[in-house]
Amino acid sequence: MNAENISASKCLDIIRMKGRPTVRDYIPMLFDDFFEMHGDRLFRDDGAIIGGVAYFKGIPVTVIAQVKGRTMEENQECNFGMPHPEGYRKALRLAHQAEKFHRPVICLVDTAGAYPGVEAEQRGQGEAIARSIMEFMELKTPVISIILGEGGSGGALAMCVCDELAMLENAIYSVISPRGFASILWKDASREREAADIMHITAHDLVELKVCDKVIEESEGGAHNDPEQTAEYISEYIFESLQRNLQKGLDELLEGRYNRFRAIGEFDEGAAL
Amino acid sequence: MQLEDLFSVVRTRFNSDPDAEPVKKSKTDIPKGLLFKCPRCTNNTFMEDFNAAGKVCPKCGYHSRLSARERLDITIDKDSFQEFDAEMVSKNPIGFPDYEEKQQALREKTGLKDAVLTGCATIRGEKIVIIVMDSNFMMASMGSVVGEKITRAFEYATENRLPVIAFTASGGARMQEGIVSLMQMAKTSGAVGRHSSAGLLYITVMTDPTTGGVTASFASLGDIIIAEPKVLIGFAGRRVIEGTIKQKLPDDFQSAEFMLENGFVDMIVERKKMRRTLAHLLKLHKPYKGGDKL
Repeated sequence: MNAENISASKCLDIIRMKGRPTVRDYIPMLFDDFFEMHGDRLFRDDGAIIGGVAYFKGIPVTVIAQVKGRTMEENQECNFGMPHPEGYRKALRLAHQAEKFHRPVICLVDTAGAYPGVEAEQRGQGEAIARSIMEFMELKTPVISIILGEGGSGGALAMCVCDELAMLENAIYSVISPRGFASILWKDASREREAADIMHITAHDLVELKVCDKVIEESEGGAHNDPEQTAEYISEYIFESLQRNLQKGLDELLEGRYNRFRAIGEFDEGAAL
Repeated sequence: MQLEDLFSVVRTRFNSDPDAEPVKKSKTDIPKGLLFKCPRCTNNTFMEDFNAAGKVCPKCGYHSRLSARERLDITIDKDSFQEFDAEMVSKNPIGFPDYEEKQQALREKTGLKDAVLTGCATIRGEKIVIIVMDSNFMMASMGSVVGEKITRAFEYATENRLPVIAFTASGGARMQEGIVSLMQMAKTSGAVGRHSSAGLLYITVMTDPTTGGVTASFASLGDIIIAEPKVLIGFAGRRVIEGTIKQKLPDDFQSAEFMLENGFVDMIVERKKMRRTLAHLLKLHKPYKGGDKL
């Protein structure tokens, strides 16, 4: 396992490596009999988010995953891993289906962010994310989210409203991309590495900020060196987390999920104290 | 693919970015503050006329920004506001350089502790919880204080079975608070969800500008969503989108009218009709006597 103080800019290098496994690699390693389902039933199917049902060690689960491609062709299909509103609406449809059939939901997150485009705005990118957040918060079945690489802003958050959030040790999760941060702060997007290092976006930073519950080890030097070994670590985590969350009563589950987020914020009450 | 500015939409649109467009020196010496230059139609109006019109551009109808206090004055019954959490101030969760100093300076300048006022009030006698954001404070970006005050306001309304009216305005998440600011989207939306599940009314009034992480959380979750004319409403920043598609976007992109046409706003209401519209909607949502069996 890497040292706890691995820098965010080093993480950026690792998660951008061409051989970094994507959900297409992990799904067959983590689940059996994955049956993919398409479409949001409203507009179209979004290739940036895939979802379906599968077995996890014999337990039926719903899997919802953000897809990144390696080749140009793959990236065209998945829009470089940046979902449109219909992607989030598909995710929510499958989450409600999981609720109906009492299956836990496993979200695999890996996106630079929700797609910033004309059609995405026309079809309500903001509304799609907002609704996803609100409805996941009240979803009556366990939800576990795992950030595999990039957790980019609202586009990642829409799939991270969960009972437990885990991150691979080189994954990042941030309010804005380091590039965007640098461009606002210094009007110079090329200073993204510098930005990354002051933004507190590594898995260990986020455990400290109580945003992330667990750092999942990657194979030595990064997941690309041994995807199967990394999948094994992810699998162990999912198994433990399911054990914990499947035992909970519904009230305990939903109260716990609400309070995970309710507790985050740092303020003083000033004179009221 | 450029993703910068995802949550910093506003300045790109109205050129508040000082680098974007240098202020032209006019030939005649017009004292500062005498004219209002509309960011939508670029026409100049005498400030006096603009103020007399309720800070609405007389040429194109663009509804300009109001401070939270100005908004309360024209919306609720006189002296009915009982503020919640008036003293709450933000800490510096990720140790962002100069964040405390920046906030302190803004507190002195604006008289605000942070970017939102919340409290109880009445509109034509109907009791409500009201949330008003103020873009004068860090473009009303959402950090710990905004998130916490809004969440508490919804929790209070749920407990006391009151409707909520939120006047939204925001540049998005507050970058200076990092991931903590992103989490406020989940926190506020969770509180909206509980209020909604309790069968209570939530009306959003989107004012200039409603963007980024606020659009992608509580602002878009009203039972009824109203917008003021010509205001900016959107998720991603205009410049970000233009950078992605390599095209210039039309002027009305991400306007209230654009959102109405695309089905994300229920109605556009002029400022002068806002109070009576809200009063009417509140009345319509009062429990129907004799309707217990429905």
